[in-house]
Amino acid sequence: MASYSTSELRSGNKVMVDGDPCAVLDNEHVKPGKGQAFNRIKLRNLKSGRVWERTFKSGDSLETADVMDTDMEYLYTDGEFYHFMATDGSFEQHGADTNAVGDAAKWLKEQETYVVTLYNGAPFAVQPPNFIELEVTETDPGLKGDTANGGSKPATLSTGAVIRVPLFINIGEVLRVDTRTGEYVSRATGK
Amino acid sequence: MYQSNAWQPTATITMLKARAQLLRQIREFFYARDVLEVDTPCLSLASISDPHIEVLTSQTRTLGQEVTYYLQTSPEYAMKRLLAAGAPSIYQLGKVFRAEEIGRRHGIEFTMLEWYRLDFDHWQLMSEMDDLLSCLMGQAICSERLSYAQAFERHLGLNPFQASLEALQQACHQHTEFGLEENDRDTLLELLFATVVEPNIGQQVPCFIHSYPASQAALAKQQIDEHGQAVAARFEWYWRGMELANGYHELTDACEQQQRMQQEMAERAQHKQVWRQADERLIKALEKGLPECAGVALGVDRLLMLLLDQEHINHVMPFAGANV
Repeated sequence: MASYSTSELRSGNKVMVDGDPCAVLDNEHVKPGKGQAFNRIKLRNLKSGRVWERTFKSGDSLETADVMDTDMEYLYTDGEFYHFMATDGSFEQHGADTNAVGDAAKWLKEQETYVVTLYNGAPFAVQPPNFIELEVTETDPGLKGDTANGGSKPATLSTGAVIRVPLFINIGEVLRVDTRTGEYVSRATGK
Repeated sequence: MYQSNAWQPTATITMLKARAQLLRQIREFFYARDVLEVDTPCLSLASISDPHIEVLTSQTRTLGQEVTYYLQTSPEYAMKRLLAAGAPSIYQLGKVFRAEEIGRRHGIEFTMLEWYRLDFDHWQLMSEMDDLLSCLMGQAICSERLSYAQAFERHLGLNPFQASLEALQQACHQHTEFGLEENDRDTLLELLFATVVEPNIGQQVPCFIHSYPASQAALAKQQIDEHGQAVAARFEWYWRGMELANGYHELTDACEQQQRMQQEMAERAQHKQVWRQADERLIKALEKGLPECAGVALGVDRLLMLLLDQEHINHVMPFAGANV
């Protein structure tokens, strides 16, 4: 099994810690005046998203995680799995379960491209694009003229996500949404 | 790492002037105290036995023979050989080398000030270090002095000598998530010291930590402290989260020195570390007789960082990192 020495780990390396694949964010060398050196490593658990620090003796090794980020287009769901297809021309398809899709489920739109993280060849995390354009399927009628003042109201989007939108937004409009914060950005232009 | 456009210095010219002044002040300080300057070689045919320091080497052919030279990690052995041969109190201001990761406070090459005072113990040497810093800063400095045990009690609430292995493992795990499977007390203590104690000491004035566990004596004498505890006559100097210096009331017992050297070489072999020629000439010198003395090594670049409020060691060196 391939492995990294803790003293050689760099940001971006993927390693197994406590049975979970993790991405290395930072590696700080801790060297007491005399004696054993350590590496204080900041990690993101790729399953839970949790960021934390772990300390290892310099020179200890960590198993590399077989983790790969792949661009994939969302196809459809059969109720149990969400199906994606690679956009690299291979037409390779993968079904991701609800665990793997997690919060990204409410941003899944057909023909949109997502970053699907494959772990040992199977999807285990799905990351939506930072911005996505979705149609409003349900909201209270828009208030004409109210384009500037603060007020907001809930709106349901075509994917089922519910976000706060300005009062002037109507059903059928396409909105640009920031998937990281779940916030309305603007009315979609083009399309 | 080499890039042809990385030609510029990593320190400003203003910084280099301050550096030159510091070096001059250090020399004047020792000249005024009648301490002799020496410059032992950077390249030696043998090196230290310390299992936790990696050494740079250089190969060449000399008189038709393949020769490995070790770059000095500190001039300690050579300076002690001078003392055993009858030198008076001596100091050295020069470059040392370590095969280590480079970083904010680490370079593979750095400037070390090392000095040995005949008939001093480590307490007197600590006072002289305060004198030196006072002279460099132009104001009276009196460092705090804390024993290793006091520092642990104050910042971790545990006694490093009496705490059970399990208590050390738990404390380590609590602060670093490391340690539940570590059975070496010194490894646990060192990690706790580096991650919990070190950031909290010497914040206002510098702080001497003294009376280390006997197992961390390195080249210091062992003594029994006022609590009947075996401790090392060793100290370290910390200031604003940075380790500045490491000093000893020097071990003069050749047998004891030989045992420690053999133990360290065995440890290196056990951990499958690169073999190197340990410098047994130090033992020979001690057999001849090292006078009673105290000695200390101080990182000059780090001191300069603190005096000039610099965050990165590269900013006080003419060329560092990828520009060397």
